[in-house]
Amino acid sequence: MQKNTNILVCGIGGQGVMTATEILAEAALALGFDAKKTEVAGMSQRGGVVVSHLRFGERVLSPQIAQGEADLLVGFEAAETLRWAHMLRPGAPVLTNTSRLSPPVVECGVFDYPDDPVGQLRALGVPLQAFDAAEIALEFGDIRLGNTVMLGAMSDHLPFPAEVLRDAVDARFAQRKPEKRDVNRRAFDAGRERAAALVG
Amino acid sequence: MGNALTAAAANRLFLSGNDAVAHAARDAGVRVAAAYPGTPSTEILEVLARFPGLYAEWSPNEKVALEVALGASMMGARAFSAMKHVGLNVASDALMTMTVTGVEGGLVIAVADDVGMSSSQNEQDSRFWGRFAHVPVLEPADSQEAYDMTRAAFRLSEQFRVPVILRLTTRICHVKGRVELSPAETHEPTGFIKDPRRWVMVPGNAKPRLPLMFEREAALRTEASASPLNRIESGPDRRIGFVTSGPAYMHVREAFPDAPVLKLGMSYPLPLDLVRELAAGVETLLVVEETEPLVEAELKAAGIACVGKDVLPRLGELAPEVLRRGVARLRGEAPPEVDALPAQQVFPRPPTMCVACPHLGIYYTLSQLKNIIISGDIGCYTLGAGHPWNALDTCISMGASMGMALGMDKARGEVDKNKKIVAVIGDSTFMHMGMQGLLDITYNGGNVTVLLLDNRAVGMTGGQDNPATGRDIHGAEAPRVDFPRMCEALGVKKERIRVVDPYQLPVLFKTLREETKIDEPSVIITDRPCVLIDDYKKTPPYAVIDDACTGCGNCLEVGCPAIHVTRRDKAIKPSGKEVDLAFVRIETSACTGCGLCVQPCAPKAIVHAAPVVPVRFMSRN
Repeated sequence: MQKNTNILVCGIGGQGVMTATEILAEAALALGFDAKKTEVAGMSQRGGVVVSHLRFGERVLSPQIAQGEADLLVGFEAAETLRWAHMLRPGAPVLTNTSRLSPPVVECGVFDYPDDPVGQLRALGVPLQAFDAAEIALEFGDIRLGNTVMLGAMSDHLPFPAEVLRDAVDARFAQRKPEKRDVNRRAFDAGRERAAALVG
Repeated sequence: MGNALTAAAANRLFLSGNDAVAHAARDAGVRVAAAYPGTPSTEILEVLARFPGLYAEWSPNEKVALEVALGASMMGARAFSAMKHVGLNVASDALMTMTVTGVEGGLVIAVADDVGMSSSQNEQDSRFWGRFAHVPVLEPADSQEAYDMTRAAFRLSEQFRVPVILRLTTRICHVKGRVELSPAETHEPTGFIKDPRRWVMVPGNAKPRLPLMFEREAALRTEASASPLNRIESGPDRRIGFVTSGPAYMHVREAFPDAPVLKLGMSYPLPLDLVRELAAGVETLLVVEETEPLVEAELKAAGIACVGKDVLPRLGELAPEVLRRGVARLRGEAPPEVDALPAQQVFPRPPTMCVACPHLGIYYTLSQLKNIIISGDIGCYTLGAGHPWNALDTCISMGASMGMALGMDKARGEVDKNKKIVAVIGDSTFMHMGMQGLLDITYNGGNVTVLLLDNRAVGMTGGQDNPATGRDIHGAEAPRVDFPRMCEALGVKKERIRVVDPYQLPVLFKTLREETKIDEPSVIITDRPCVLIDDYKKTPPYAVIDDACTGCGNCLEVGCPAIHVTRRDKAIKPSGKEVDLAFVRIETSACTGCGLCVQPCAPKAIVHAAPVVPVRFMSRN
């Protein structure tokens, strides 16, 4: 049996982590893969940590990705990406948004936010692509396009053509918000281009 | 659209376990479904309520929900109830006698164990109820099985006239997988048949039914051996044979693909002959179950040698790597090495209250009061135990805040003589199990002040409706409980019932001071809606005038996640004391203008903001 592909997407409640992973799953399902997706969400609605596990392949049994077994880590927030770096298979790539969102326990001085989480990731020696997804989303006038930008950015790291993921994003908006379809396509492409420019 | 996705979506569903159970209940022809929201089970009824042609309700608590389902079953209709693990504790009084009467229409109880405790006050194993109540327990291993076993559970329920427990766990409820549906059935209610010897459980009627219950259990034991839900999967590596159920099955198959496995879909009653058959062909039998060693204990009691919790953890979720470590231990080998980066130290990100949450003002006020014991309850407001408020002293079970407060009051000795005792409870928890606690306080004259936080939603589970919201499960208008009148009817003096706006800190503070001073039961009701529901209306946001901020940090004590520290410093006061300064800004794109932080700001540095473009990637709200 072919090895399954394991993708871990992390961030915090409200960033669209679960939706992005869902779209990624839809792309894998469209290709006929078996897939399982799960969250260790807990009370994520209240600003907590969200981490979505997606596994796809010929047949998926256990839904969770174990430490050292993620083939790709996608982080929507810089410190969260660092938090989950130990999940990576040695040599597997990381894609992270550089935005920093600090919780009240940091604001009230109980804990510190790392000075340079992206630098720490780089120091770990992982193949890293880091960029400001907010900046790109705002170029299209809507901060909520951030997760489509992230999907575009991860689309060349998948074991299937980027266009399949692009179609999955497109299908979702065609069905739910047709008026947002075009801008999401463009946001996806912009994310993809940005990530490609960072390679090497 | 014309791409491959549309066609694929049409013939294949990608469902969570909760979704799958809901689809199965619909397809099984369920007529009545009732639940109280609780993580990780909540979505089951939310999904069921969207299907036409069946009755679905949010009940005030799980016991009522199960009784509603039983009533429907008595009418000969298929009935369903869903709850989280602690919910079945509440419903157990009904369960323990419903098992004596048995059911008429198929009745399935989906109970979701929060294994790993992502959102619960304890971790408990609902499979115990199967043993305790002599009813079968089915344990799906993924979404497809959640669908198929729910369908099977209804057939089993009617075949044996027994309520059936469908035991789910977080890792069933909140995992999405592919599901293929089976053809739907329809079931017309067969009608209520008056039969006091069956339905009126007075001792004279119940006694003759007990032997029938045990006969039924024996028949179910035979069924467990014959049922396709239980199967032995052969494998060439005969060193260890696994006995497993629920999501643990997937972990076993993943970690040990060549091992023989007894897969228990119906894990109670146990098919002992299948276990013996597996045991005969392997060197060691290893029982893999989340969480308690129930199967293991029963096998040992039956004289079947096996290993289980001596090498596997009794707490939390299992996973393939956990099993690999356990098996290495069993074989006396070194634990398998994991080739991975070490975990990085990153600050915790505990759940917090929302921007503008009406509870913020309450906990700010409570945190400023001295000599107070705050008996807490279960809901978003339990977060008041955390930073920066540290203003909640207990949390045990639904509705417990008031009974405990009364007990504290009655037990207080010299050391606590001057303490004020306050109970904090939300609207839905009050409806669930709180009313009786307040009744006890009034009936027995407790010196307790109750803070009833009416935010018109079951906030923690996502803002579901309840009898205090004025809407039913479909969002349609429903009678809304009148809390002041209800409290009065429960015996609180009219003048001791105060309704206040939780965004008005001075009023809140004054009211709390007054009511805690008076030596009799009092209730302070707050009346602002949860910010996550439609009733909440945003108002213009605020911003900080940088030059005016003195860094006092008072606003940070409100605990709103929209307030951020821009710079820290230290200052020496005229008294010579060194103080920490924290200069702040407000994330104006997230602020909804509740005005709580404006009130403790002495230099009046917080003012209405000019319209701004959000600058951060996907900040909340």
